Amino acid sequence: MEVSVFSVVIGVFVGLSAGYLGSLMVLKRMALVGDALSHVALPGLALGILFNFNPFIGAFLFLFGSALVVWHIERVTRLSVETIVGAMFTLALAVGILIIPQPDLLEALFGDITKVTLTDAIVAVAVGLFAVLLTKMIYNKMILGMISEELASSSGINVARTNLVYLLLVSLVVAIGIKIAGSLLVGFLVIVPAATAKNVSSSLFRYALLSSVFGVISSVSGVLLSAYLELPSGPLVVLSGIALFLAAVLAKWFSSRRGQ
Amino acid sequence: MQVHENNILEVSHLHVAAQDQMILKDVSFKVKRGTTLAIVGPNGAGKTVLFRALLNLVPYTGEIKWAENIRIGYVPQKLSVTDVPITVNEFLSFKNPVNVKKCLGMVGLDESVLHKALEVLSGGQLQRVLIAWAVIDEPNVLLFDEPTTGVDLDSEEAIYEMLNTLEKEHGITVLLISHDIHVIRDYSEHMLALKNGVICFAESEEITKPSVLHAIYGTGTALKRRKDRK
Repeated sequence: MEVSVFSVVIGVFVGLSAGYLGSLMVLKRMALVGDALSHVALPGLALGILFNFNPFIGAFLFLFGSALVVWHIERVTRLSVETIVGAMFTLALAVGILIIPQPDLLEALFGDITKVTLTDAIVAVAVGLFAVLLTKMIYNKMILGMISEELASSSGINVARTNLVYLLLVSLVVAIGIKIAGSLLVGFLVIVPAATAKNVSSSLFRYALLSSVFGVISSVSGVLLSAYLELPSGPLVVLSGIALFLAAVLAKWFSSRRGQ
Repeated sequence: MQVHENNILEVSHLHVAAQDQMILKDVSFKVKRGTTLAIVGPNGAGKTVLFRALLNLVPYTGEIKWAENIRIGYVPQKLSVTDVPITVNEFLSFKNPVNVKKCLGMVGLDESVLHKALEVLSGGQLQRVLIAWAVIDEPNVLLFDEPTTGVDLDSEEAIYEMLNTLEKEHGITVLLISHDIHVIRDYSEHMLALKNGVICFAESEEITKPSVLHAIYGTGTALKRRKDRK
């Protein structure tokens, strides 16, 4: 199968934005939330297919709504956010699987690069860049909030509002990532490149940079392998990312042994 | 109404409640410019909540009046630095990239720590970095919430000497929360003892009186251990 330039472009911008935003998700210890959040896209995709409107818009609206719910739960309850989110998003996955037309199920769950269009590529570039630039503006505020909420608040940072902006940006990035990784696996792109980078970073700059680079490598390798092997792209994105993760773990292990 | 020209802070009839429970009840005190006020009290007395109210981070009733054009530097009790790959330089640059080297000098750290990750610093070094964070914008007032928690005794002594120098040389007013009688007696002019409301607002020497200790902590035995270590 021939590799479409559009799918590679989408791969670059989805990987870049998911890796960069994911670097905050991993530090916030919300990796499971990021993963579960992606599942919510499925009912939105299903409604788009059933009622003949752009499934991306359906997915984004569902993700957007869920991000608001997560943010609210985080602010007002003492319950574990991940427990509530896990239950709620598994429900969304179940409902999505039941209502999505069977021929579209595999594509929605695991991604498909054979049908990408110029419009998809333009949307991925615009949304990816927008998400990265906006996240860059709130990055230091988010980090400070993680180190100490009081320190951030006393520096004039509205921690709750910054978290909300961030979650909404994650929704956008997850929505554009569905084309490549599918709603079941797109959460991977938010989590694993950042986890890989964390193994080999001692500064924030290096960590954010490597998260983005590993995101791009995972995503583009998955796209290229998908075209070459004629298999769904989502699982191949995951396998590429895991290979990088294992390489980083081994590199850290070797360097710590050499330091002994 | 402005504060009196000799004062930097005036608090009157401050009440703070959380989840239907009154944490601070009718707290009133004044802080003179260029002095150090130690805030003491048992756990749960509302010392940190008082700081949060002074920083306008919690809702309160009553009046908190700061002198005009005040810049406040704040060092909180707890930080989560273990999970964030961030260097000292990156951390301090968040607030003011221009003054990083200058403020390191003020807290007695050399530039070799700049590229170290926060998580690998010793307790004493981390506290100094936090104080550097607090002084980087050249504040008039510093708020320290137990500034030497998790720090060995030698580093603790050095940190309080440094705070003393900041107060004397830069005219900075310091408000600090401490459980240490030695620190309260030797490094502050006044103390505010809290336990629901104000137990006493007096000269710091008062802290050595058994009756005052008993009123604050019940027995005072937890503090006696460190009282005469100097």
